[in-house]
Amino acid sequence: MKIHEHQAKEILSRFGAPVPRNAGVALTPAEAMEGAIKLGGSCVLKAQVHVGGRGKAGGIKVAKSPEEAEQLAEKMLGMRLITRQAPQGEIVNKLLMEEPLQITNEFYLGIVPDRAAQRNTLIVSAMGGVDIEAVAEEHPEAIARMPIDPLLGLRDYQARAVCFDAKLPVEFIPRIAVILKQLYQAYLECDCSMAEINPLAVTSDGGIIAADAKILLDDNALYRHPEFLSMQEENEEDPLEAEAHRRGIQYVHLGGDIGIIGNGAGLVMATLDEVARAGGKPANFLDIGGGAKAELVRNSLELILSDPNVKGVLFNIFGGITRGDEVAKGILEATDKMDVRVPMVLRLAGTRAEEGMALLKGTKLNTCSTMQDAAAKVVALAHSAS
Amino acid sequence: MSIIVDENTRVIVQGITGREGAFHTDQMIDYGTKIVGGVVPGKGGTRTERGIPIFNTVKEAVDATGANASVIFVPAKFAADAILEANDGGVGLIVAITEGIPTRDMMESVRAVNLEGSMLIGPNCPGIISPGKCKIGILPGDIFTPGPVGLISRSGTLTYEIVDSLTRAGLGQTTCIGIGGDPIIGSRFIDMLKYFEYDPDTKVVVLIGEIGGNDEETAAEFIKTMKTPVIGFIGGRTAPPGKRMGHAGAIISGKSGTAQAKVEALMNAGVPVADTPHEIPQLVKASLGMTA
Repeated sequence: MKIHEHQAKEILSRFGAPVPRNAGVALTPAEAMEGAIKLGGSCVLKAQVHVGGRGKAGGIKVAKSPEEAEQLAEKMLGMRLITRQAPQGEIVNKLLMEEPLQITNEFYLGIVPDRAAQRNTLIVSAMGGVDIEAVAEEHPEAIARMPIDPLLGLRDYQARAVCFDAKLPVEFIPRIAVILKQLYQAYLECDCSMAEINPLAVTSDGGIIAADAKILLDDNALYRHPEFLSMQEENEEDPLEAEAHRRGIQYVHLGGDIGIIGNGAGLVMATLDEVARAGGKPANFLDIGGGAKAELVRNSLELILSDPNVKGVLFNIFGGITRGDEVAKGILEATDKMDVRVPMVLRLAGTRAEEGMALLKGTKLNTCSTMQDAAAKVVALAHSAS
Repeated sequence: MSIIVDENTRVIVQGITGREGAFHTDQMIDYGTKIVGGVVPGKGGTRTERGIPIFNTVKEAVDATGANASVIFVPAKFAADAILEANDGGVGLIVAITEGIPTRDMMESVRAVNLEGSMLIGPNCPGIISPGKCKIGILPGDIFTPGPVGLISRSGTLTYEIVDSLTRAGLGQTTCIGIGGDPIIGSRFIDMLKYFEYDPDTKVVVLIGEIGGNDEETAAEFIKTMKTPVIGFIGGRTAPPGKRMGHAGAIISGKSGTAQAKVEALMNAGVPVADTPHEIPQLVKASLGMTA
């Protein structure tokens, strides 16, 4: 789950990490004006969106007076922020109001799970304030890494060593090592799947502060953190994905015109590939899991048909422990009462697949016995109908 | 022969009275798996309907039954604890079916299992089967048949799909392992390939990978040193970056974890990579020197 900068900073400050003084978030220009007054007149307005690269896109502005804060907020609230990471843009609904900083130096601190090492890994760089992936590509030598034993946790010497490896200025290392430990503690206790401070800023008065912060939370661990549930902002996700989320359906919107329903993530992925090979463009990934109960099929099909681009639907189901004839009954029960105006193709394989297919003879479902035939058929039907 | 599990595997079920646990225990018994006990804290001393003795702790169950494997069906919240209990109880082989375990829990559990020297398969996996001998997990037993093909996969139903087509093509299996769709799993492709390489009956291995991580690339390096031929398939060629495709581990992060990189790594290791699942039986036949 993605959260906003102001939420990430709130978490970090709970663990003792230094963050800029703020006046909360503004939802209106009047609130931005009030915020600037609270902060002593001038303030930085930062668009709270889930994508990086917002500075260049006009999502961060400095106001020298409360009046200017109001005027800037007027322009920024409601704007569609288009960045390299989000070409379709994200609407700005709130602005974080912070004290302006006089920055003299910028570093990078981050923690991510390293799948290969099966450990969390600290990442530190003296090249802060820019996209770390770009740094990793262009200046790999400027990045220091330190894998952390999950049973021992982050030790002081490791926090120091990774800073030395990254060639941070020696005079700052004792204080930065402390911030790294605070970041690690926050990462661990909040079940993050990524936490970064970028930049970690050195200010003209000698302070060290988390000027920007980003945190991703592990969805599987949200049950341990009811306090984060209120941070979920579905309105900022893709509307179809938000609806799937509400219905409890495993769905990813892909933007093509062939709707796809299958059981099991691997099989659905292979089905998408097969549709693409047949010359179609998958509209979505949708995994109904084991079983294929009528209600879940109906729910899933409704969701897919609410995507106006969908011109055909492909079901690809492997009957395993749930037998093929039961799956066929579920799909038939679901589709029988629905007014479906696009062609539907069903491919059923595995246990009792032949019996299942026999049940579907003469219904509005076209049947195929192989994945590649089914993909070719749904693409042909969808394209001839349109 | 087969790897890891066979007729001598004695299995306990953690979570044997839950809905999933009870259903799949029946399926495993019907398949012929030696289910010797179950563990449900507080229900020790009772028996299941099929007469399987239930114990309060894994340690008690192992002491009483001589179990050398455990399969875990407990909910995600309690799954890491169950893995650690199995690890501590000395069962040697732990198969975790549970989906949705937090990453932090899995990092700690995998580290503890590695220190103990136990083997963990999963989590978020369908389990392991040596056809005709032993099935641990939720795989549909009747699509498998004994034969010379070893199979390792990150997916469940895609594995069934491919096994079904192998079986229909007359190609049976030594052992099939679903290693799981999570980013942090106990046994990876390379760990299983090492077992297959030393199994005289496995004449060819089918490796079914998908987007996310770089376990396929690591496996490809090992495959270069193997005598047993390997056939590959990678799912998710059309998946966009940054989107999690159902499995927690199936995500392209930045430029890492793409299907293209995995296909290339495997092909550089001399592995024929199928473009679509239905090509796999032909590729297997060709590697066995059978006419397709």
